[in-house]
Amino acid sequence: MEVSTQDPPLDASAETMENPLYKKHTAVKRRDATISVLLGVATYAILACAAFIFLDIMRKGAPVVFESSFPFVNTEFFTQSPESLITFEIEDGSYFEMGSSEFYEWKRENPETRIVEEHAHPYSGGGILGPLVGTALLTGICIVVALFIGLATAIFLNEYSSKGKFMDMLRLAIMNLAGVPSIVFGLFGLGLFCLVAPVITDVPQERALFTIPIFFTDSYLSFEGWGTCMLAGGFTLAVMILPVIIAACEESLKAIPMGFREASLALGATKWQSISKSVLPYAFPGMLTASILGITRVAGETAPIMFTAALAHKDKLPWQDIPVNKNANFLAQSGEWTSGFVSQSVQAMPYHIYTVAARIPQNEWTRPMQYGSVFVFMVVVMLFAALSIFLRTRYRKKMKW
Amino acid sequence: MPDQESEETLSPEHSSASTSAQQPDLADVVIEVDDVNFSYVKGTDVLRDITMNIKRGEVTALIGPSGCGKSTLLRCLNRMNDLIPTAAITKGEIRILDTNVYDPKVDPIELRKHVGMVFQKYNPFPKSIYENVAFGLRIQGIKKKSVLDEAVERSLKSAGLWNEVKDRLDTSGLGLSGGQQQRLCIARTIAVEPKIVLMDEPCSALDPISTTIIEELITQLKEEFTIVIVTHNMQQATRVSDKTAYFYLGELIEMDDTIRIFNSPSRKETEDYISGRFG
Repeated sequence: MEVSTQDPPLDASAETMENPLYKKHTAVKRRDATISVLLGVATYAILACAAFIFLDIMRKGAPVVFESSFPFVNTEFFTQSPESLITFEIEDGSYFEMGSSEFYEWKRENPETRIVEEHAHPYSGGGILGPLVGTALLTGICIVVALFIGLATAIFLNEYSSKGKFMDMLRLAIMNLAGVPSIVFGLFGLGLFCLVAPVITDVPQERALFTIPIFFTDSYLSFEGWGTCMLAGGFTLAVMILPVIIAACEESLKAIPMGFREASLALGATKWQSISKSVLPYAFPGMLTASILGITRVAGETAPIMFTAALAHKDKLPWQDIPVNKNANFLAQSGEWTSGFVSQSVQAMPYHIYTVAARIPQNEWTRPMQYGSVFVFMVVVMLFAALSIFLRTRYRKKMKW
Repeated sequence: MPDQESEETLSPEHSSASTSAQQPDLADVVIEVDDVNFSYVKGTDVLRDITMNIKRGEVTALIGPSGCGKSTLLRCLNRMNDLIPTAAITKGEIRILDTNVYDPKVDPIELRKHVGMVFQKYNPFPKSIYENVAFGLRIQGIKKKSVLDEAVERSLKSAGLWNEVKDRLDTSGLGLSGGQQQRLCIARTIAVEPKIVLMDEPCSALDPISTTIIEELITQLKEEFTIVIVTHNMQQATRVSDKTAYFYLGELIEMDDTIRIFNSPSRKETEDYISGRFG
């Protein structure tokens, strides 16, 4: 008691008349603090997940791709296609580990060596050239098709169509495409592009839905489908990414001020002149960057290409050994080559990863291929995403009207 | 039915008037707005019974409070309202150079080459100054460099911008100040050599000095072009225009010489508006 009276000013004021501006510890305040902590935890949990994924893949995948000595990159991983990894021991006890093609060569060179113990690990040897090339081709076809259709649709919706019930339904239908599960897209692609899409051929197949003879030639327009090939895969991916592309293109078109259209129309431009000269050039960078971002997503899709384009294993790269009639003229030959080329099925990164991760027996020898593939694929996709973001920020800076 | 009849009886009279053998003061009329109703959405006319004549080489100012239909009328003249699907003239005719511009035979694209327009918000393209001015000629298919060069120089000179930009024609039009950008838009408009220039509040987004420059420019341009200008600013109307038309709620209340409108308007509504009692 004595002490408290000794130093009264602070205590007394705190007890008798509480300063209304001071912090008070009420239930409301406590709840406030709790909520902010919860929100923070949820957010950082995502960060933790992302960090774990990236770090784990990097830790296990990077050693497969990079080497400590010149040229610091495992070139074989990028120049060979997947093959079986053969591990074996010979009589003198020495141990070998090599891809199957190398192994057969080795066997031919050392015919008298007796192999004691031999194991084959499918898909664990070689590199990922085939899948990389296949994914590049698939996404390439996808970009071309999706941009063409998406751009046309977006221009029509934003510039030409009038408002109305039908247009609202059309928009709804496009948006609904985005909600269709990817496996359904795969089956749709199989049903449409692989089995029904039209081809021009001299000898229509029996399974063709129907055929239309083309006048003055021996050819038919046969609705027999393109078969399992990169064209079918690329088209399927394109259909899948269309809603994203259309939305991106429309967004970019909307960002162009009405004034540009009005100004060029007022100068006597036709509608298409006005769109092509004073809208599209300024909308195009935005469309492209947004589309790249969409494409990176679709590049990782497995289900749509599973039935339409992808193979787990393929010895040759898609451009190797395409049958061409050597006697025909150059134009016919290149036409034949092109159609032969796009009719090839391909390996693809997502499907390859699915194969090595889920369809082969797992052991220590399969792991480098698994992590190496995932690591490379992730880096490639991230690079594209980064490129798109970089382009967008640069373009946003330039875009000031 | 009676309406139709009266229209039928009216139109021969008017067409004979527009040939103007009898009435010499109509000879110079380039825009005839003849009893026009206009609606954006069917059933609600935003312009009613508008009748006015605009003479060659004059500056006509359209004034009135917001939403009175003056910009709408302006956009009828070069059919910019065609951009709105449901918008249409529901009665009457607009004749420019003795042609009904809403005649199905009239191509709005050709019309707009003769009736240029400058907008409220200056809107140069994000191209070079040169390309901005040359745009109208390029879309007409003119490629010859000498023709374009000549047109660009002439237009920029007419717009009073030549001396300021002649050394940097290749730089972006967006790098100019607001007033310069609006003059660039004027240069772009007159580069295609229209007969008539419509201006939709060309100074409302500009500072006072730029406004003065544009106003001086307008008085120079009327030597060559017939100008119709929409403005909120009544002082501007007195400074630049020869004739003034006062609109209120979609109707043309009064149109007369600018001096008379601002000094002794014949209608009470006009007087209320110009004296600032409302609007």
